[in-house]
Amino acid sequence: MNKVVKDPAAALDGIQDGMTLMVGGFGLCGIPENSIAELVKMGTKNLTCISNNAGVDDFGLGLLLQAKQVKKMISSYVGENDEFERQMLSGELEVDLIPQGSLAERCRAGGAGIPAFFTPAGYGTEVAEGKEVRIFNGKPHILESALTADYAIVKAWKGDTEGNLIYKATARNFNPMMAMAGKITIAEVEELVPAGTLDPNQIHTPGIFVQRIFQGEKFEKRIEQRTVRSKQ
Amino acid sequence: MALDKTGIAKRIAQELQDGWYVNLGIGIPTLVANYIPEGIEVEFQSENGILGMGPFPFEGEEDPDLINAGKQTITARAGASFFDSAMSFAMIRGQHVQLTVLGAMEVSQNGDIANWKIPGKMVKGMGGAMDLVASADNIIVAMMHSNKAGESKILKNCTLPLTGVGCVKKVVTELAVLEIKDGKFHLIERAPGVSVEEIISKTEGDLVVPDFVPEMQL
Repeated sequence: MNKVVKDPAAALDGIQDGMTLMVGGFGLCGIPENSIAELVKMGTKNLTCISNNAGVDDFGLGLLLQAKQVKKMISSYVGENDEFERQMLSGELEVDLIPQGSLAERCRAGGAGIPAFFTPAGYGTEVAEGKEVRIFNGKPHILESALTADYAIVKAWKGDTEGNLIYKATARNFNPMMAMAGKITIAEVEELVPAGTLDPNQIHTPGIFVQRIFQGEKFEKRIEQRTVRSKQ
Repeated sequence: MALDKTGIAKRIAQELQDGWYVNLGIGIPTLVANYIPEGIEVEFQSENGILGMGPFPFEGEEDPDLINAGKQTITARAGASFFDSAMSFAMIRGQHVQLTVLGAMEVSQNGDIANWKIPGKMVKGMGGAMDLVASADNIIVAMMHSNKAGESKILKNCTLPLTGVGCVKKVVTELAVLEIKDGKFHLIERAPGVSVEEIISKTEGDLVVPDFVPEMQL
């Protein structure tokens, strides 16, 4: 099954105002930067974005925030973004903060047909407010529900025409679970190859989870915290 | 003399045991990796998806696809592995990681920890901290004994919104090593040259002080 579309515009076709999007990445690592740029061009408004972070002011999801296209963010950590802070404090932007492991598992559950699960994370904190508590093995757990999205937009290193994906290093992060949890999943890849080129043993996301795939024109891959040591 | 941040990291590094997988938080905890005792092998996990985290890369060798949970560029050691965020937190929640070291704004004598939110200030989010503290069997908090206003961070009850309840087992500050058990802090060691009286005066929570309190050996 050929999942290839020619460009980001074709990939994002159908995304409308008010929809819920999952956007892969951790910080600026492994984000679908070509798709985000296209979303800014499209000008789609009132989006709910499920993404671990909210980018920085002038890159990543920060670009959507600047253009005031986001109504609500569902994230685990949203520092490093002044415009985000301004919109949140002024009440323009709704924010739902979720423990990182719960966010990952809620996406995985959404894609795996598991409506909810119990986790110890957040018990006894404000995250637990209004949630069912049950004791397992003597320890309290809270009930967390699955997350799904109208569209999931992920970024992979290599992909083939069938939508099979391979990620690189820590750019994998939330991408595999979000790919599973989108009603329509769009993959942007650095290198798109014919089916049969990738070793089936090495596939991280099987093509069944991907509806549309395209090769990004260029990847800036901005580094958020450049840390190095000297050779001496 | 109270310890500096490096001293706190060195003392925590003495807690490492051969064969452990360890998650280090941002700040002082990150420094612990620099002082692994000789003759033991530990692997560092970073919750964004790497086991076997190595040192920072040499200049010019940074890889934007290879970062730690603090979003810093890192390297991968021989034998490292990469994985997604769900698997990463399966390692953490499933207690496959033997030790978590993290910073805190407050710790209480029943082991509660607050380190993610100050009411009235910008909330950045808890990241992976709630999953880490709710799950790890062995949690060491690395922090200063008092806040910038000089108020004790070692409390009967936390005043800030909690990150987790009843989870901290040990606290290492610039003044002391404290254990938490039976709803009290227990003074285990003091920093070289620091008096027991100073530690008592800077600890708001209930503190059990034995007759002899050894100095840390750094």
